[in-house]
Amino acid sequence: MDTTQVISTDQLRSQEYFLNMGPQHPATHGVLRLILKMDGEIVKDIEPDLGYVHRGIEKMVEFETYRQLIHVTDRLDYLSSHMNNEAVALAIEKALEIEVSDRIKVIRTMMDELTRLASHLLWWGVMGMDIGALTTFMYAFRDREMINEIMEQTTGARLTMSYNIPGGVMFDLHPEFPERVKKLIKHMRKVLPEYDRLLTGNIIFKKRMEGVGYLSPEDAVNYGATGPVARGSGVKSDIRKRAPYSAYDRVNFNEVLEQGGDNLARYNVRMKEMYESLNILEQLVDNIPEGPYQMPTRTLIKLPKGEFYQRVETARGELGVFIVSDGKKNPYRVKFRSPGFSNLNALLKVGKGWKIADLVAIMSTFDFVIPDLDR
Amino acid sequence: MTNEELKAYLQTWDDKLEFIEPVPDDTSLITVLDDLSGTWLNVEVPLSHLKGFMRQLHADKETAFDYLFNMTGMDWGKELGVIYHLESKRHGHILVVRARTADRENPVFPTMEDIWNTAHLHEREIFDLLGIRFEGHSNLKRIFLTPDFKGYPLRKDYEDDYMILRK
Repeated sequence: MDTTQVISTDQLRSQEYFLNMGPQHPATHGVLRLILKMDGEIVKDIEPDLGYVHRGIEKMVEFETYRQLIHVTDRLDYLSSHMNNEAVALAIEKALEIEVSDRIKVIRTMMDELTRLASHLLWWGVMGMDIGALTTFMYAFRDREMINEIMEQTTGARLTMSYNIPGGVMFDLHPEFPERVKKLIKHMRKVLPEYDRLLTGNIIFKKRMEGVGYLSPEDAVNYGATGPVARGSGVKSDIRKRAPYSAYDRVNFNEVLEQGGDNLARYNVRMKEMYESLNILEQLVDNIPEGPYQMPTRTLIKLPKGEFYQRVETARGELGVFIVSDGKKNPYRVKFRSPGFSNLNALLKVGKGWKIADLVAIMSTFDFVIPDLDR
Repeated sequence: MTNEELKAYLQTWDDKLEFIEPVPDDTSLITVLDDLSGTWLNVEVPLSHLKGFMRQLHADKETAFDYLFNMTGMDWGKELGVIYHLESKRHGHILVVRARTADRENPVFPTMEDIWNTAHLHEREIFDLLGIRFEGHSNLKRIFLTPDFKGYPLRKDYEDDYMILRK
């Protein structure tokens, strides 16, 4: 064999092949299967295969009462369980024309922000782990534990809380709640800059993030992206601002927008949102109004005939709960517009043209929770 | 635009939209549904005019509905249909559009994928669970359920004695 012969690169040919990413891939955080059409190491096309945790929730709730409906929604996006509950509770209250007390509104808003903080912390931890920085996981889980304890103390559960009920919340706040929240705010303000020092400025991290996975603002809207994914592209999509619910109209906070559209922009949006959550908590913790924590409702709730839609902002984006009622004790049809499902559509666009390792980084900034996609 | 302005504006479209087949004289393009509770304007459009109507909603500068935030497949017993929730990011108004078909054996809707790409996955979901086919969709197949699954679970006449507990 003539070893001196030089092969020019245009003589080399590549062949397209298919690669399964998942369903048991550590970076998919659950059972998401992406069928990748590859050319060498470049992703040419992505096709999702969902349904590994499809539980038929939309069918299931057609045989359940409105009170039972709330408990199912915890299992959609289990990291935003409080917001999911709230969306259903608000939709039911809208239908029954119940005006809840200020205390309920403030409790719900505070719980929302605690949940958002916990969710973003978990995201930060596993995102670091996805791209090879294992320490972040330990830091994030250490601090998330404080929030879980606050939740446990008041609601009796750490993750799937089912704290909202139609017309209020299930229990009153624990007496230690304000004190603990203040402690948490103080602690988080100390550790968030530490997070930045640990990961945000890291050169390896920056190379994985900067300029990778660009999503243009037009595409973000057209592909249905919401939440931090859309705001990373500079699209105003915060439901807390666009259609305020609970106590969001009485607190001052900024809608965090980044113009980059890349991984780093989405990362920065979530990091800054944690500070915004702390701001909201700080404004409310000393101003929890007195009043009832439950409004009187009938034991068996029957919604009037009609269609009711409620939008809320979960940690992942816009959640819509669409209830069609025919006047009976069970809903006629319930549709959950889950943020992850539409964000996945944007991933199919963004992921094309990048290497597999980049796709892992892009997916981590999209922050999927698979039960939310599958429902 | 407020709901009233939006309603008045859409009602002028009856004779303005020439790019689709003409609307019969005795019917109007949109039917406003007032009996549904809710704060948004609900309209119904005949299925034959749906695609042209939606394309105009997206393209028209006054309406500019650039964001399809929800798509719901419905089974109303005798009829199947789809409810579209549209929002304009520029103007901030919201419109709910629906269309229905009485054909339960072979329901066909036009795809909205080329107008709002977010419909891509939503249409696959509706096809999977309600069996509505979307003409022109790039990759219409089951998304949650296995390819050999029989029937469409979200239909009201779907029977499964083993999995569904009726109370």
